[in-house]
Amino acid sequence: MFKRTEPTDCSITWQGQAIPARAGEPLAAALIAAGITQFRTTVVSGAPRAPFCMMGSCFDCLVEVNGEANRQACMTLVTPGMAANPMQPEVVGA
Amino acid sequence: MKQALIIGGGLHGLSTALHLARRGGWRVRVLERRHVGRHSSGVNAGGVRRLGRDLREVGLSVIAAEMWDNLPRIVGDDGGFRPFGQIKLAESDADIAKLEARQAATHARGWTHEEMIDRDEVLRLLPAVSGHVRGAMIVRGDGSANPMRTVMAFRRAAQEAGVEIIEGIAVNGIGTTGSGTLVVETDRGPMQADRVANCAGAWASGLAAGIGEHIPTNAKASMMIVTERLPFFCLPTVGSAARALSFKQSEVGTVVIGGGHQGANDIATETSSQNLMNLAKAARIAAEIFPIVAGARIIRSWTGIEARTPDEVPVIGESGVMPGLFHSFGYSGHGFQLCPAAGAAVAELMAQGSTNMPVAELSPARFQQKAAA
Amino acid sequence: MIDLLILGAGPAGMAAAIEASRLGLSVQLLDENAAPGGQVHRNARADARGPGDIQAHAGAKLMAELAASGADCVYGATLWAIEPGPTAFYSVNGAARRVEAKRIILAPGATERALPIPGWTLPGVMGVGAAQTLLKSAGLVPQGEVWIAGQGPLLWLYAAQALAKGGRIAGILDMSDPGAWRRAVWRLPCALRKPRYLMLGLSWMRAVTKAVPVHCGRAIRALGTDRLEAIEIDGVRHAADTLLLHDGVVPNTQITRAIQGLRHEWNEAQRAFRPVLDEYGHTSVAGVMVAGDSGGIGGAWAAALSGRIAAIGAACDLGLFGVEQRDALAGPLMLQRGDELAPRGFLDTLYAPLPVPAAADTILCRCEEVTRGTIDNAAQLGCLGVNQLKAFTRAGMGACQGRTCHPLIHAAMAEARHAPAADMEAMRTRFPTKPLTIGELAALAE
Repeated sequence: MFKRTEPTDCSITWQGQAIPARAGEPLAAALIAAGITQFRTTVVSGAPRAPFCMMGSCFDCLVEVNGEANRQACMTLVTPGMAANPMQPEVVGA
Repeated sequence: MKQALIIGGGLHGLSTALHLARRGGWRVRVLERRHVGRHSSGVNAGGVRRLGRDLREVGLSVIAAEMWDNLPRIVGDDGGFRPFGQIKLAESDADIAKLEARQAATHARGWTHEEMIDRDEVLRLLPAVSGHVRGAMIVRGDGSANPMRTVMAFRRAAQEAGVEIIEGIAVNGIGTTGSGTLVVETDRGPMQADRVANCAGAWASGLAAGIGEHIPTNAKASMMIVTERLPFFCLPTVGSAARALSFKQSEVGTVVIGGGHQGANDIATETSSQNLMNLAKAARIAAEIFPIVAGARIIRSWTGIEARTPDEVPVIGESGVMPGLFHSFGYSGHGFQLCPAAGAAVAELMAQGSTNMPVAELSPARFQQKAAA
Repeated sequence: MIDLLILGAGPAGMAAAIEASRLGLSVQLLDENAAPGGQVHRNARADARGPGDIQAHAGAKLMAELAASGADCVYGATLWAIEPGPTAFYSVNGAARRVEAKRIILAPGATERALPIPGWTLPGVMGVGAAQTLLKSAGLVPQGEVWIAGQGPLLWLYAAQALAKGGRIAGILDMSDPGAWRRAVWRLPCALRKPRYLMLGLSWMRAVTKAVPVHCGRAIRALGTDRLEAIEIDGVRHAADTLLLHDGVVPNTQITRAIQGLRHEWNEAQRAFRPVLDEYGHTSVAGVMVAGDSGGIGGAWAAALSGRIAAIGAACDLGLFGVEQRDALAGPLMLQRGDELAPRGFLDTLYAPLPVPAAADTILCRCEEVTRGTIDNAAQLGCLGVNQLKAFTRAGMGACQGRTCHPLIHAAMAEARHAPAADMEAMRTRFPTKPLTIGELAALAE
């Protein structure tokens, strides 16, 4: 797990639940700091996945952001009120 | 044992080798410069299509379709063939007229596989298609297959039939001995044979030129786009009467978009690359016909090098200048479906000098006549 | 048309933009992130204190110079294709753009070399570099049952940084070869031309080993069902909620490998492909240059120098001055670069990449979930290399386009075919090298 060393200044939602965040930090960091462990499930086997590389390379952290599918959570910066949801195989790319 | 050398380890070379080996009495070796299925055989769009073919090759295509239905019995695997139909959409009244005229032409020759369907039936088969379509022509038993899986199935079957596949060997030329035996010059030395098949794809006309036989082809590098996996929304393979499009959703959910949009190719280095503005045209047509894919992410695009003849149908038949040498190339971007039947025809020509398969109109002689005239 | 397009605002790209602007070229700099710095200088501050502070100060200086340079910096820009010309295609906020440049300098840096272990796809397992990004970009430090496994300088730097910021690490598994010191020691004199690297590394190790139990070994598994619950080291189970893996970094050649005719070579010491470059960073393709770690791992200081050298080379190519002046300008920088690269042979030997695990159930391609066993099986069926392997197994065909798995499946195929890695061709990449939507691409055809 990870803990914050700097204060949060806004909130976003994950599956409708409010979580604290810092504007301008990577969405993936906000979710990890909030203890979220499952960002998506894979299309191949349905296995759960979470961020792995944090630099836009591995595509394991894909989430839905404000209704847009398959966004890389590590490359998406937090804006106050951002609504994020896990990617599920049946909605991948829809 | 008679000796046969097949130049080119693409699908047509493998199919020819398989059919020849199964006749018995032949030692068959396939010579492949890189690896089996390296170029267009392994990376084409996988269309298994009779729909809309040039009338000179429809006969062969109809035989091939029966073979695709029986592919597990021929090569031990179905190649991922999914017979969910091929559809050519009409986007205007002019398109409807064009498709109806086409249907009349094939029906007049006794072929009934092509069928006109109305807009309601199109929407039933393709719920995600744009509302502007007017109707379509369909061949219900057509479909698509997995190119590399098909290559591997033919490779395995050929090997089981006794074919020796030699990869990483380059053919530099073809000649004859004083007694008339054919000699294939390779980078590992000369190899002799009673019969040779030239199935070298984009490099085949260069080999022909080396023996003074002029069969004009140029290379094409058709581009394809593949998206991330999407929920299943489209089973048939879809084209358009007036626009360059080939659109299908694979068995894993990715959408493959092609249609003959050309990239760049370099025959000498055996490489090809994309032309992004041409690729953008393909994307635009796809998004206009299936708006659902506009938001889908492109994971890859690719090209494969293939030979195109001036009249866009293949060259199948004995060389005009070197008896015992048989050409099978120039499939012009639509040879995948033909491979089971074309290989059978070439093998028959090699073994007995004639065939009842409908390949007479595809003979290389058509270019020699032109050159003479 | 602009004079110079630069991809990547890490040390190489920033330095190239600063130097080229100073020389009078019109410069556009693209970076996928929202701010310059790249991975190494992410959020670097001039007033940083603690482990890694020297690097941060250098990064902050580059950022300040870049801001004052007059270069047109476009952040949030994802480059996805390069065509001969050269012409570059990139997207900003979902809109595709096309730009022609007289020269392109590619400086996309490095990515962590994946360290596959059984169970490494479980949530809770990530790269050490990823954890460092969490620290730099959001101030997150480890707490709870956080383990680190692998080898290399970054592992110790991150551990030292995390501890200095109040983080807690449950344990470290040092997977480096204990015998590597003997092979590396004769390279030590050369490395001591630039002793800073070794001094810093030793100080990080000292700080970490004082506070964290360090185990040695190679046999590690990640265990859990929907997330990491434990790790197993040599059969001994330890509770773990996070496991950070590291095995050095590899050049990011995703774009250069997609450019037709751009030659690459195998670097046996770093066990990775790199583009073939001359001393100025020219590739075998006209107009396309490479600077920084994407041309071979050399570290941040060498990257910045190679960025400046490439900019000088580009300016000469474009007729700003002749080769005498070019060589006079670049000569001293090349000497400095040589010094910065001096410790490389020692480090490459000491931390030679770990072997790909032999366990058949280890996933090597995370996207398509292809295991070592499946790859070995394909090789037995006659698959000759990684490009054919795509057709056999779909390995390398997922969303990451082989970025993560390429070094792994390349090594696995070489082993399975009993062939030297140098003889196995690299996986061909194709544009678009980053996903863009059909609609984005279609808009270019209007």
